[in-house]
Amino acid sequence: MIHLKNIYKKFDEQWVLNDINLTLDKGKCNLIIGESGSGKTVLMKSIVGLVKVDEGEIWYDERDFNRMGKHEKQALRKEMGMLFQGAALFDSLTIEENVMFPLNMFTRETYNQKLKRVNFCLDRVGLKNVNKQLPAELSGGMRKRAAIARAIALSPKYLFCDEPNSGLDPRTAIRIDNLIHDITLEFDMTTIVNSHDMNSVLEIGDKVIYIYEGCKCWEGNREEVLHSDNKALNNFVFATKMAQKIKKADPT
Amino acid sequence: MLTKALANIGKYMLLMKSVFSRPEKRTVYYRQTIREIESHGLGSIGIITIISLFVGAAITIQTNFNIENPWLPRYIVGVTVRDSLLLEFSSTMVGLVIAGKSGSSIASEIGMMRVTEQIDALEVMGVNPAAFLILPKLIAMVLFLPLLCAISVTIGLLGGYLICLTSDVVPVSDYIYGIQYVFYPYYLTYAMVKTAFYAFIIASVAGYFGYRVEGGAVQVGKSSTRAVVLSSILILLADLILTKLILH
Repeated sequence: MIHLKNIYKKFDEQWVLNDINLTLDKGKCNLIIGESGSGKTVLMKSIVGLVKVDEGEIWYDERDFNRMGKHEKQALRKEMGMLFQGAALFDSLTIEENVMFPLNMFTRETYNQKLKRVNFCLDRVGLKNVNKQLPAELSGGMRKRAAIARAIALSPKYLFCDEPNSGLDPRTAIRIDNLIHDITLEFDMTTIVNSHDMNSVLEIGDKVIYIYEGCKCWEGNREEVLHSDNKALNNFVFATKMAQKIKKADPT
Repeated sequence: MLTKALANIGKYMLLMKSVFSRPEKRTVYYRQTIREIESHGLGSIGIITIISLFVGAAITIQTNFNIENPWLPRYIVGVTVRDSLLLEFSSTMVGLVIAGKSGSSIASEIGMMRVTEQIDALEVMGVNPAAFLILPKLIAMVLFLPLLCAISVTIGLLGGYLICLTSDVVPVSDYIYGIQYVFYPYYLTYAMVKTAFYAFIIASVAGYFGYRVEGGAVQVGKSSTRAVVLSSILILLADLILTKLILH
């Protein structure tokens, strides 16, 4: 579980995060949704420590992230996996080397043990016969899956996914969503997904947090998101013509 | 402008502090260093060979042209070519060529990793990205560039020999006698120490500019250019300071 208390962050004189209080539950897909520029990426980067918050507390279970020393933070980060928007695989390494990278860095396993783990992770995300290929040789969806395999290589307790569906076709996007949901349940992780894709929200949103202009505007789950009377949320959820037609056809 | 320069020096120092922190796993860093030696060291032998060969030949012709005097023995050309290469040409040439070749490559490689979030990925994993990306390059270059300097001196002397052999600049026997005449091994040490300093400048400055890129491909290109320009200036400044300190 991750708990955020009164998080504030500003760039220049602009508040990007304004008094965010959140609890991100274990064993669930916690979706942070919002328009582009609403502050959700800054929020995720603040949680993982890539951006330093101006005020507030970030608790990983019983551990206060802001009060940790450099080495404690490094130790905690071994419990994190992150899927970046562009996958962020290392260009010069093959897929096998990418997935093996955290194992090489932080374990003392033999090569065969590590290879077994790599193959398990790749198999788990549905990638076969790509071990010796470079990231540039894979499609966008395959790269995302390889990045998920790398993220779960060390069996993390916390999984962060920044816009996992960006640039993917709807079918591949749903596959990625389901994969994230399945591994969250399988490994009992605290998963946080940044998205502005409503399909993801309805597919895997065990808990949904709507960020609007740097503030937490609404919190609920995928069933409740369609029936909220929050105006800002409704403007976001029913922004497309298709969503408006669905709402018109079934106002309940 | 002065404030900006001081701020950059401060940021550079902080980056170097991160670079020299304890590696997460020595074996991984060791393997990475070997890869960097292959890429920035062995990969540069070709260009250094070609440049040194021509520079050696050109220095021989110019030296002969400038000291053509019946009172001076002909072997002086060999002595001057050898000492010019050892004391100045080879180390500075290796420094400036590698600043252009490897400096831009390091800055753009790390810069691209920054803009494609690969550095963030390393950080989230718990790896110290500054140390992992810059330290192996720094060690590889500090170890290998002095060797490149020695290769450059040898090939430069060979260039002089070939020009003597194929033209009537200086008799070959005088040239051979000259390059062996009153040789101070300390000159070689001096050249290699200077090159090791240049290697540190190239790897750390290029690493700094790459690491601090913000934006996209245009900024990566700009930071790569800045890295080469600043490394070249610092190499020439270091040349002056080290010459004053070591030779006087």
